[in-house]
Amino acid sequence: MTDHVGKVFLPGDKLENLNVSEKTSKAILGPGLRQEAEEIVVSKPGVLRHKEPNIYWIDSHQKRYVPVRSDSVIGVVSAKAGDVFRVDIGGSEMASLSYLSFEGATKRNRPDVKVGDLVYAKLLVANKDMEPELVCIDSAGRSSGLGVIGRDGGFLHSCSLNLTRKILSSDCPLLKQLGKSTHYEITTGMNGRLWVRARTVLLTITIINAIEASEFMSNQQIMAMCKRLADAFTEKD
Amino acid sequence: MARDESKTSLSGNFMKRSALRIEKEKSEEERKLIIDDEHWVLDLPKIEGKESKYVIESSIARCENLLFGRMSFQGCNPEVEKLMKLHNNQLALDEAERKENENSVNDQEMAERYSTLVGTMAKKFSKKRDRTSVEMSQQEAPTSNI
Repeated sequence: MTDHVGKVFLPGDKLENLNVSEKTSKAILGPGLRQEAEEIVVSKPGVLRHKEPNIYWIDSHQKRYVPVRSDSVIGVVSAKAGDVFRVDIGGSEMASLSYLSFEGATKRNRPDVKVGDLVYAKLLVANKDMEPELVCIDSAGRSSGLGVIGRDGGFLHSCSLNLTRKILSSDCPLLKQLGKSTHYEITTGMNGRLWVRARTVLLTITIINAIEASEFMSNQQIMAMCKRLADAFTEKD
Repeated sequence: MARDESKTSLSGNFMKRSALRIEKEKSEEERKLIIDDEHWVLDLPKIEGKESKYVIESSIARCENLLFGRMSFQGCNPEVEKLMKLHNNQLALDEAERKENENSVNDQEMAERYSTLVGTMAKKFSKKRDRTSVEMSQQEAPTSNI
């Protein structure tokens, strides 16, 4: 199958001879691949990706977010309904977020969350037949970076799902290089939302533009762009 | 007034009892109605479930090994920088462990190698132990005298 990795597949195409791990003799099928009885069928148009030893998935350009369990997403609190918040995470349905699933929250001590707030949360339930459910704590009850964000300024921007994956991948130098030249904070949700806060509004916009522009750039091009930006920042200072 | 109250309480009690009785009868009826599982089992040969060769992983974040979603640079949000450091350390540790597993010998090789080494090692230690045991007996001798 190694000769097919990196090629374009369309829904309905069948895959054969996937590499399996030596220990468990199993292959891991990521998003875009589906098992129909004994066959592996592609269910999304895109490029077949492979990671050693046995992980396969389809990489496709996508803007519509489909909730997936254990994804970290940025949501907008859009209503308070009794003891849950309705949160818009960009999926087909609103997600629910219980007020008890915040760090240090008890029945008496409600978390300070208002309609219109941004929350960085993890998906606990994501099922095609059920309403997605979010939490802002890990299994140990700590927040570990989840919770309400963006109370003190910043800007929320929506982009394609690929771009969020690209900037979060460990071989993309963009965020690190930008961080060397300027002081900023970024939160990336797997649902194609970025929240950026820098020293000034102008800087925030610059950073967001740089991220948007980097979607189809190679790493060298990204480095060149970051260098030009760094020069511009120092000139301005 | 008092008579009224007693009347109502009596009737209440009476009602309660009858209600309980009706409920009991009902539950008994229901118990009779409950059909044991055998009624629903079709007498067919068992479908043999084959163990799947594949594991479904719906999260792309786990497929691609993505970084932690919150980042802060040059002290913009110290809390997040602390988390980033923790997360990166964990990633580095995992990577190191993976590499070590690849490079190092596995348990079986280790056992085989040691089984041949045991003889030579035993020789080395036996001399030492002899020496130490002699020393021990020398030390013990005076204490036993006292």
